[in-house]
Amino acid sequence: MGRHHRDPEKKNIRGPGKKAHRQKDLTVPAHWKDDADNKQSRRSKQRERKKKLCDLLNAQSIKKEPNLDEKVPKPTELFGSSDDEIPNEIPMVSGIDADIDTSKANIKELVLNEMKGEDSDDSSNDSGVDEDDDFLPIEKQAISTTKARSQLNKDIPEGDIQTNLAQSDLKLPSGEELEQETSQPARLEFVHQRIKDVMSVLSDFANKRDPETKRKDYVNTLKKDLETYYSYNKFLLSKLIDLFPQNELIAFLEANEVSRPITVRTNTLKTKRRDLAQALIARGVNLDPLGKWTKVGLVVYDSSVPVGATPEYLAGHYMIQGASSFLPVMALAPQPQERILDMCSAPGGKTSYIAQLMKNTGMIMANDVSAPRLKAVVGNLHRMGISNTVVSNYDGRSFPAIMGNFSRVLLDAPCSGTGVISKDPAVKINKDEGDILRCSHLQKELILSAIDSCNANSETGGYILYCTCSILVEENEEVVNYALQRRNVKLVPTGLEFGVEGFTRYRQYRFHPSLKHARRFYPHTHNMDGFFVAKLKKFSNQIPSKTDNNQNDEEVSDDAETEKTETKKKATKRPGSDLSMQQLKKYQKRKHKPGALVRPVPGLLAKKRNITQYLDQKKKKANKSSEKVVEDKKSVETKKTKNSDGKKKQAKGLKPKREKDKPKVVKKAKVKKENETKSKKKKTEKTKPET
Amino acid sequence: MRPLTEEETKIMFEKLSKYIGENIKSLIDRPDGMYCFRLHKERVYYVSEDIMKKAANVCRENLISFGVCFGKFTKTKKFRLHITALDYLAPYAKFKIWVKPSSEQSFLYGNHILKSGLGRITDNTSKYQGVVIYSMADVPLGFGVAAKSTTECRRTDPMSIVAFHQADVGEYLRNEDSLT
Repeated sequence: MGRHHRDPEKKNIRGPGKKAHRQKDLTVPAHWKDDADNKQSRRSKQRERKKKLCDLLNAQSIKKEPNLDEKVPKPTELFGSSDDEIPNEIPMVSGIDADIDTSKANIKELVLNEMKGEDSDDSSNDSGVDEDDDFLPIEKQAISTTKARSQLNKDIPEGDIQTNLAQSDLKLPSGEELEQETSQPARLEFVHQRIKDVMSVLSDFANKRDPETKRKDYVNTLKKDLETYYSYNKFLLSKLIDLFPQNELIAFLEANEVSRPITVRTNTLKTKRRDLAQALIARGVNLDPLGKWTKVGLVVYDSSVPVGATPEYLAGHYMIQGASSFLPVMALAPQPQERILDMCSAPGGKTSYIAQLMKNTGMIMANDVSAPRLKAVVGNLHRMGISNTVVSNYDGRSFPAIMGNFSRVLLDAPCSGTGVISKDPAVKINKDEGDILRCSHLQKELILSAIDSCNANSETGGYILYCTCSILVEENEEVVNYALQRRNVKLVPTGLEFGVEGFTRYRQYRFHPSLKHARRFYPHTHNMDGFFVAKLKKFSNQIPSKTDNNQNDEEVSDDAETEKTETKKKATKRPGSDLSMQQLKKYQKRKHKPGALVRPVPGLLAKKRNITQYLDQKKKKANKSSEKVVEDKKSVETKKTKNSDGKKKQAKGLKPKREKDKPKVVKKAKVKKENETKSKKKKTEKTKPET
Repeated sequence: MRPLTEEETKIMFEKLSKYIGENIKSLIDRPDGMYCFRLHKERVYYVSEDIMKKAANVCRENLISFGVCFGKFTKTKKFRLHITALDYLAPYAKFKIWVKPSSEQSFLYGNHILKSGLGRITDNTSKYQGVVIYSMADVPLGFGVAAKSTTECRRTDPMSIVAFHQADVGEYLRNEDSLT
């Protein structure tokens, strides 16, 4: 299945084919021929010839299609009309038939060119012949036919010919046939042809359609064929069809079959791009600057050494990174001395770019859920010589509970990966509705936590950058739109020069109009991975709570007074008092797992403080009491020799735990002793029979 | 995360001084802020104090790395320098060895440096002196120990070992897992 598994020996045959060229030359119909003996002037000959031809042509066109003359210059229409007479039962035209058709059309076109006027410089076929009358009529014929051929080849591109040929015979498969096709191994050539045909029909539906078949049928067959030809599953393909217009869809699907060029980012902390390029060229790498929009990118066309293992790479002079991964960091525009959070950092490409832009100052928090993937982050950061990063392993959703107050946050959210199908073709098959919804839900949680851990009041920042390597609206615009509703953020321009604007309206969705500031990148238009970038600016640290609406409701309803008083009571309660000790322990246990999700527990901090206060007080009391005891004893025992007892008691008061421990130790020792004695006994028992 | 004990500091500094001598001072007294060494999961990290304080927010199990990892303490309480420390060893290194381009690759695969691959060597390098190893284009590639002094190097046959391999940048690929 799929294009890659096509038989390599069978080449894609395009155009009329080799055989067609070997066919004998065009023969002009007998009634077109001039009488060579006829003694007329040259002009009159021409006129007569033209007249005849015109008559003939008109007669033909009236038979087939009355409105031909308007559309004459289009070769496509001609084909369509002429083929109507051929019985439509066979879906594909054989090579010979095709040639006959082309020859007919060819002749017609020649004539029409003549009719249009010979004064045009466009070398009309006969003009050359007319100049030298010395040729025999047969020779003339030969010349004209060969010329006609060559011009035909020039005028009509190969693709057109194909589509036109089959379009006339396009017959959509019935349900049974489809079933048969699915049961049999797919004939990809055939399917490819049909895709082209249906596309051409759909592009000019009114004229090219078969009046009996509905548009829906065409679309359904197209879907089926695209599924088989590019081996997508039904769900993803329907999503893509919704997303792209027809021509773009094919371009996108084709682009996904081709891998993107390898791009390299210079580490400006260690070298300059020019030096790096020189060093790499010396190693036999063929490269070029990536584009005008970046000063650090290089494209690698081909190389004689592995680009990921050169001494320059190991010394941290560059990093292999997709062109699309430059964009979110450029849009984030980190400034030196800032506090930046990269929520999903693995494998550390974007993080190191951020550090590079910050010139290794300030502080970066690089976080990721997966501990094994973080090893790559650590490796990359150290290799690139970056020292301002803290690498942590949490669930991104737990971030506001751990650390907040970041001036900028980069959220490269986990996604379905529909933009990087060329990297991971498994996406074609294994994604379904549920996966997308799951991703979307996680992304919504992540973006909220990203916004919460950002500080709106920071002098230079307050920006959140959301990006995914997916192109589906559910994972991009919808998520950003959700964040716009839930938090005090607004969309701002990303500062990227190119890219497609985000959707503001898509099918049933109506998004905030500012979503046009978001940018989309496609593999077929920008030759980088599919990507989505949106930059948010947080303008207030307050979280607009859902309770705003609820409060209004309460005001309206008079019956809710009792509830109100209850809530007030709750509010007056000490924070954290309703937390049980068990909950606290549970929370702490959870926190200690790698990649843990730490939810902010209301009142947790207060609870902890309470406990510490309580302990302190206890200590103080114990101290005081012990001191008192000491003083008392001092007063009593001063007459006696020494107050050593008091010291002991003081020690006891300070460290009451030790006393408890002691008996345990004793117990343990006892148990040990018992065991030893037992074992000894056993040994003696064992030894006894031997003796 | 905790500061090093005195014993640990002593062991570590002894090791560092083999490569950079008295330049350890410039690691600690930096003009651009306070820097310190911290121990976390038996590894020693070199960080600025600001970042260290912020890293303290992350709990022990979830903290993977911060600043630059210099090396680790083995179970027998010896200090082993990691390749990640190269960024701070290279600029302060007292004794250097330059490797010819032909044997660059061999060193990056973890082999010792032979006389045939020796490009240049600092004068007065004594035997068993810690050296930082450079490519001829002055790119630091790793560090090791001189197997022979400079004067001995001149006389030996081309196949004898000049410097023992300790760490090289190829480790970023070979054992990425053990860096932290």
